[in-house]
Amino acid sequence: MVVSATSRPGRGRGSGDPGRPPPPSRGGRGRVTAWLPVRLRRLGLPYLLILPALLLELLVHLIPMLIGIGMSFIKLTQFYIRNWSAAPSAGWSNYHLAVDFNGPVGRSLLHSFFVTVGFTLLTVALSWFFGMAGAVLMQGEFRGRGFLRALFLVPYALPVYAGVITWSFLLQRDSGLVNHVLVDQLHLFGDKPFWLIGQNSFASIVVVSLWRWWPFAFLVLMAGLQNIPRDLYEASAIDGAGWMRQLRSVTLPMLRPVNQVLVLVLFLWTFNDFNTPYVLFGKTAPQEADLISIHIYQSSFVTWNFGTGSAMSVLLLLFLLLVTAVYLLITSRRRSDA
Amino acid sequence: MLTRKPYVFAVAGALMFAAAACGSSDSSDSGSAAAPASITYWASNQGTSLESDKQILQPELDRFTKETGIKVNLEVVPWSDLLNRILAAATSGKGPDVVNIGNTWSASLQATGAFVPLDDAQLNALGGKARFLGPSLAATGAPGQPPVGAPLYSTAYALYYNKQMFKDAGIADAPKTWDELVADGKKLTKDGKWGLAVEGASVSENAHMIFTLGQQHGGDLFDSSGKSQFDSPANVAAVKQYLDFIATDKITNPSDAAYSNGTEALQDFIGGKAAMVMWQSASGTLKTGGMTPDDYGVAPIPLPDPSSGGKQVDSMVGGINISVFNSAANKDGALKFVNFMTSKQTQQDLNKAYGSLPTVTDAYDDPAFQTPEIKTYQQILANTAAPLPQVANESQFETLVGNAMNQLFADAASGKPITDESVKAKLTEANQQMAG
Repeated sequence: MVVSATSRPGRGRGSGDPGRPPPPSRGGRGRVTAWLPVRLRRLGLPYLLILPALLLELLVHLIPMLIGIGMSFIKLTQFYIRNWSAAPSAGWSNYHLAVDFNGPVGRSLLHSFFVTVGFTLLTVALSWFFGMAGAVLMQGEFRGRGFLRALFLVPYALPVYAGVITWSFLLQRDSGLVNHVLVDQLHLFGDKPFWLIGQNSFASIVVVSLWRWWPFAFLVLMAGLQNIPRDLYEASAIDGAGWMRQLRSVTLPMLRPVNQVLVLVLFLWTFNDFNTPYVLFGKTAPQEADLISIHIYQSSFVTWNFGTGSAMSVLLLLFLLLVTAVYLLITSRRRSDA
Repeated sequence: MLTRKPYVFAVAGALMFAAAACGSSDSSDSGSAAAPASITYWASNQGTSLESDKQILQPELDRFTKETGIKVNLEVVPWSDLLNRILAAATSGKGPDVVNIGNTWSASLQATGAFVPLDDAQLNALGGKARFLGPSLAATGAPGQPPVGAPLYSTAYALYYNKQMFKDAGIADAPKTWDELVADGKKLTKDGKWGLAVEGASVSENAHMIFTLGQQHGGDLFDSSGKSQFDSPANVAAVKQYLDFIATDKITNPSDAAYSNGTEALQDFIGGKAAMVMWQSASGTLKTGGMTPDDYGVAPIPLPDPSSGGKQVDSMVGGINISVFNSAANKDGALKFVNFMTSKQTQQDLNKAYGSLPTVTDAYDDPAFQTPEIKTYQQILANTAAPLPQVANESQFETLVGNAMNQLFADAASGKPITDESVKAKLTEANQQMAG
């Protein structure tokens, strides 16, 4: 529906060249357009064209967000879910509860927040590193390149559930492949370690998340590399630049716009990722890997306290907005300086 | 012409979308209105798979259709989704007519007002209160309020033990006290085999066990005013006793700390890797796993010494209730269906198939309910089972305490010392998170 509404007028736009006067309106038609100045009509047209898409966008994205914000100001528990309007106003109390870091709810939220920040930074950095390394190494022609490229993209193409549930089998303590290799074959540990509960669960979730996200970085960087003109490498080679120097002075600067978007998107997706920890750990994540999306889910759905969960979601939204704004500000300024 | 076209398309596009949106909601409305002689039923997963549930239920549903002319649209919902689906149905007012619920959710769901409360007249239509087992009926809502469902299947926890492994270890009988259980467990734990299997990462199993053990230590999870007191000394002692199976008694495999999906401990029992397991109505799964009733014994979970001051409680009252949604399009048909599901014949057929207990007393004359296993369960339910606290925030309790237990199990499994202080700290944290 959206496609037909926005793409079909696009054909008309191509034939309407800018210098052409507006077609004479035939009797009784074009009542609204007739008294609008031509310039305004031309200016308003693009906005009108995207209006249906915009309305749908509002419907799909903004309204649920607004409802979520509304929910965060009421005491929405099981007593009121059938009739939200009857739920008593909570004022700021849901927020107080969430940011009162001396209280148990706020403290566990803060803990979860720090775990998530650490997890996200590690995952993004490693995903970028592996993606970059993969893309650069695949740049030159060699036999089997197509096969390797396809292979690297498999984790990204695999349905999340299938991929992550396989990981959870691999990481089982008694019957998992990981312990079989590490303990039974290589004898690295005396006692079989746990991977899905306790200390190691953080490492597990980082590895699984890395496995899931690095192909995306690889894909985007590979596409970015295709756009770097060959001549630059040839010219720099004539100037005597080695492989490292080419990487530093040609590849990385040319990839800067790609990287800017890639890192931001990876950060947001990883920070918000719900599926990976949910499938790996189930409804209750171990404390060491208590990622914020699961934490909020628990605070609302599992304990039936939707108001508090919404307040936490709004705080998360504000934090991510802030990070995005600061990030774009810094990276854009640096680019305009350059 | 060219400048006008886009407006037309834009408006047409929006209109078409709106029309499509209306169309979809229209069609679903007319769908349910056109066939008033049908009801939708969400069944919980009682058998070994969703498919086996369908096969067990379908002949009964056909019989109901034959008797009343009402068609039943059956959907078997897995446990992992059931509560979320019910909540969504309660929120939106669109859902099935009849649904199965875990009886521990009764009071929580009662508070939502989503279900039709059964008044005395309706209960009399089902045969009257006296027809139902007392403990099962007590688990249909908060005390003093009309129940929001009828008990459908009853279960309780019992101790399953592997007879051959007991014989090999020179143990004659099932343990009667916890000391005996630990001593037997130590004899059984050798050569990669363990005395007792538990589901250490299962939130609900942990919550149920802590309720039972807490009662045995003379504690309650909620005080008389309904305020939570998870970190009372009795509850701390209960949690510690349970964790000590891994931490100090070493009769439970530390790997059990990660068992969470409600089958792994039982699989260890079936596979002969563990000699004992505390479970609800396991016979169906054990049969599927290739164990015959001669292979295993069923005994009550040990009770505390009567002189210790603890309560003589060895199980929660488990079970499934059947409830009617307030938003049901066909409430009459739905109530007829509840009547049918609690009738003697249906109760006998279904409980036989699932290995659970009928909730109505008149169904017990069938010889299938005279087996030693069922008799043991009957004894437990009649004498020593107690319902979980029927308070509106019961599900919060299960989540918070069950989760605290998961973390403590992880500590115990990785060899960290489990002390009264470390247990109390976790339980206090859970207690503080109970929203008033």
